[in-house]
Amino acid sequence: MIFVGSVDDIPLGEAVRVEAAQVDAGVPIAVFNVDGELFAIDDTCTHQDASLADGWVEGCAVECPLHAACFDLRTGMPSGPPAKLPVRTHEVVVDDGFVYLRVSAPVEDAPAEVAA
Amino acid sequence: MQTVAVVGGSLAGLSAARALREQGHDGRIVVVAEEDRFPYDRPPLSKEFLAGRIDVDDLALTTSVDDAELDLEWRLGDPATGLDRGGSALVLASGREVAADGVVVATGARARTLPGADLEGVHTLRTLDDALALRRDLLVSRRLVVIGGGFIGAEVASTARDMGLEVTVIESDPVPLARVLGADLAATCAELHGDNGVHLITGETVTGLAGNGRVRAVHLSGGRREPADVVVVGIGATPNVEWIAGSGIEHDHRGVWTDAAGATNVPAVVAAGDCAFSHCAYAGSAVRHEHWTNAVQQPAAAVATLLGRTPAPSSAPYFWSDQYGARLQFAGHRLPGDSVEILDGDPADRRFVAGHRRHGDLVAVFAMNQPKLFGRWRRQLSPQRIPAEL
Repeated sequence: MIFVGSVDDIPLGEAVRVEAAQVDAGVPIAVFNVDGELFAIDDTCTHQDASLADGWVEGCAVECPLHAACFDLRTGMPSGPPAKLPVRTHEVVVDDGFVYLRVSAPVEDAPAEVAA
Repeated sequence: MQTVAVVGGSLAGLSAARALREQGHDGRIVVVAEEDRFPYDRPPLSKEFLAGRIDVDDLALTTSVDDAELDLEWRLGDPATGLDRGGSALVLASGREVAADGVVVATGARARTLPGADLEGVHTLRTLDDALALRRDLLVSRRLVVIGGGFIGAEVASTARDMGLEVTVIESDPVPLARVLGADLAATCAELHGDNGVHLITGETVTGLAGNGRVRAVHLSGGRREPADVVVVGIGATPNVEWIAGSGIEHDHRGVWTDAAGATNVPAVVAAGDCAFSHCAYAGSAVRHEHWTNAVQQPAAAVATLLGRTPAPSSAPYFWSDQYGARLQFAGHRLPGDSVEILDGDPADRRFVAGHRRHGDLVAVFAMNQPKLFGRWRRQLSPQRIPAEL
């Protein structure tokens, strides 16, 4: 598992970015706090290069800061164009006040997530 | 409504087709396109695609699964050349006709150019083929001159600089982008050129392109001669509206005239995207927006109008630009005389948010390298106050 930080480091409605260097798969991951529940998804929008951790969170969705593409934080599915592909979701583990990630397999190895 | 013809096969046309289905049109949709390609995303053409970091497949806007369900009839590579009065019959370049009960005009715009642009090595950048041709030239060139310091010009300059070229940008105004961003913010953006080793020449116009077969130099009004192996002309775009001459649809060199919801003076015809000269409540006047987001959102409103539904109110105009590793974002509409203030950060750090105010109201927001704060401030923009009227 990957260590993210203290639960207190991710305030309500905010997100932190786990940089690519910390992640085996080599891509950054964003961890969001929605009403006390933590969600983790790939940080980079599948449409164009933008960090979803910088996006606007509304309910269980994050809006890409560059475009109107929204992703469901629970499933990684885009709400519609311009994003065509889902982002991966990752399991968040909270233990003794600290946050860890269990990173999902790369998309190539997870046929269920391959769209189009 | 049985058949809707969407004229234009880029982002606005595709967005219109998608909106037609979303809003319940279950008849035929015929999409007529000049280019013989399925819709692709243009913003990367001056950036990642030009740099060779992504390829043609990455640009695709359609998906094989979702868009197959739209059940569109594509007429690619066969542009519309005419529309009858009343907007019920299109004529295409091939001579084929398309009968339609409704028409969405989304024919976009084309790059403006200069006399002498037929020399080899002189480019404009609008289409995927333009980008491929420019990239081929950049790979074997040493000196690039970019004519025009707008967003396309700055992005091409940035990409070419990354590719190792010597780059000069020529801008006729005293400060590039000042008319959009205001003098102060535009000056900060202009400094990015120098920060990154690009030579910016302002206040001079181009008097000629010189070369024998292939471009060799750009002549400037001050008498200077800038040597060049490759030239990009980035001086704006002209709306593709000539083909509707004789249709009775009101239009001129500024575009197809529409209200805020895309309605033209002909009930069965709406227009959207880069070709539309539309009333904008944020500007308080008619404007032709050449921005990506407008090409996504305006077609949905135009389609609602066409189908007799009530369009959602339009959101504030928005665009972004990535250049020299900096992300620039702008939302709202600035008018001369609006005051500007720094809302967060410091322009000297190339990381800040600024706002434009009119009578105290926040009417526009600009950010450099602050996407998160930009998202917050953008939502603070004053709601449109100017009643929509054509």
